[in-house]
Amino acid sequence: MSLDKETVRKIAYLARIRVPEDALAGLVAELNHIIGWVEQLGEVATEGVEPMASVVEITLPARADEVSDGGIAEQVLKNAPEPVVAPGTDGGYFAVPKVVE
Amino acid sequence: MMVDGDAAADVAGLSLAEVVRLIARRKLSSEEVTHACLDRIERYGGKLVAVAGCEPEHALNHARAADAVIARRRSTGRGDASLLGVPLAHKDMFYRQGRISACGSRIRAGFVPDRTAAALERLDAAGALDIARLNMAEFALGVTGHNPVAGTPHNPWNPDFVTGGSSSGSGVAVAAGLAYGALGSDTGGSIRFPAACCGIVGMKTTYGRVSRFGAMPLSYSLDTVGPLTRTVTDNALMLGIIAGFDGRDPAASRLAVPNYLATIEDGVKSLRLGVPENHFLEPLTPEVRKLIEDAIDAFRRLGAKIVAVRVPESVAVTNGMTTMITTTEGAALHARWMRERPGDYGRQTLGRLVAGALTPATTYIEALNRRPAVLAEFMAAVFGAADVLVTPVMMGPVPTIAESDVGANPGFAQTIFAMGHATRPFNYLGLPGLSVPMGFTANGLPSSFQLVGRPFDEATLYRAARAYERETGCTDKAPDLSKLA
Repeated sequence: MSLDKETVRKIAYLARIRVPEDALAGLVAELNHIIGWVEQLGEVATEGVEPMASVVEITLPARADEVSDGGIAEQVLKNAPEPVVAPGTDGGYFAVPKVVE
Repeated sequence: MMVDGDAAADVAGLSLAEVVRLIARRKLSSEEVTHACLDRIERYGGKLVAVAGCEPEHALNHARAADAVIARRRSTGRGDASLLGVPLAHKDMFYRQGRISACGSRIRAGFVPDRTAAALERLDAAGALDIARLNMAEFALGVTGHNPVAGTPHNPWNPDFVTGGSSSGSGVAVAAGLAYGALGSDTGGSIRFPAACCGIVGMKTTYGRVSRFGAMPLSYSLDTVGPLTRTVTDNALMLGIIAGFDGRDPAASRLAVPNYLATIEDGVKSLRLGVPENHFLEPLTPEVRKLIEDAIDAFRRLGAKIVAVRVPESVAVTNGMTTMITTTEGAALHARWMRERPGDYGRQTLGRLVAGALTPATTYIEALNRRPAVLAEFMAAVFGAADVLVTPVMMGPVPTIAESDVGANPGFAQTIFAMGHATRPFNYLGLPGLSVPMGFTANGLPSSFQLVGRPFDEATLYRAARAYERETGCTDKAPDLSKLA
């Protein structure tokens, strides 16, 4: 893949970024360099290496999946005009009138 | 308490670790050392274009409060904040709630953040004073230190020469004795360049080692935060305080932070120092080559095992990958200002961001996806044979401000790209790199080598650098500022 002046002018226009005419040639050369380099990287053996966005292993910190507030499903369901207790679940549901025909 | 001129120079010439000790033992008061720093900021800060903002009365009040704590501690024996009362100053992109953070720009000249950077919170908790905001390259984009918007800082060794960027003011302030240590950020060399150009020690930390929360973002995938200090020990002392997990930076690592000071004097006997056979020692000017060969000899004398290593060919494109990822992610952050206020940017900053804005998305994603494979290849080739890799920081001597001004000399753009030859690869790879002074080139400006280590192995870099520093006294010299006054 490589880019020409017309394409770069068009991308800049679509991105709503003003590029002076005298800067176009330099930009085209720079972008084509970058595309070429990334193609070179394609030659690195990746077998057994998982693609990831970060170089060092990072797991997003997540809080424990537990009830931190409430835990009072029964009381909450008392507000429901028509509580429905589904068989096989440990909680109930709100039943609402059908609104879409 | 007033300090006369010579005594102020003596106090300002101390290292961070020495000041910590002298304040804790009450040989010096925080007020005295803060006064000495403020005095130098007043005398040299403006001439060196190093300081973006400073409120002396505010700093002195904090110093007096620290002295009061120290006096109480003496009577109660309580409290051991490790940097209590020590004046530091930081790159003007570490936010402090309610205080301007201009980021070296016109666009953010009046920006008042609503949060305080994690690194500043940690230094605050250790009792350090934050006495000034330091000038920087516009939005942290720029390796030489030029800044047509906020002013170009001058090198304290010779004001005609560049300071290196983008943490330009941090390099100047520490080298010139305006503060005992400074935070910087490094996305492609922005800590290591100013450290090298100003003859001090600068650590580009492993990606994820220090929280970036509350630090102006440039490139999510590459930005790192680290200290610039006069000595190796000072650097380890500061990193030990700022490093560690922080849930507010999704990239922050949960790995425990080692006690860097506990192993720093252990020497380099049996340490394997890798000397690259390819890429990093070419194209090198003869005088920088001589300096780095002398440095390698010093390591050999100290008992390190010198091993030749061949780095993978893929390293050759990592300079370009770092440049592209930086400008592409930067352009995403700057998109709105680029459209609405293009005239408020410096020409070079805007030009680089525009290139990022026009980079194809597939190219950007491919470059990120390849990182682990390129790193795996690099680790196997280099750290299978060596514990630490040595490279130069810059391939030639520090340039003058005039010759490296791309506005005036468009041909220098290529040279600026080439400046990152030995630094940008390690941002792409995420590895730690420590810039250590190794002597002076014929123009009288400092030159540095870089020690690169395994991920999160900053401790070994400090240990090796400290052994070299002890042997050579490489951080003993300070610039003579009398010509400036």
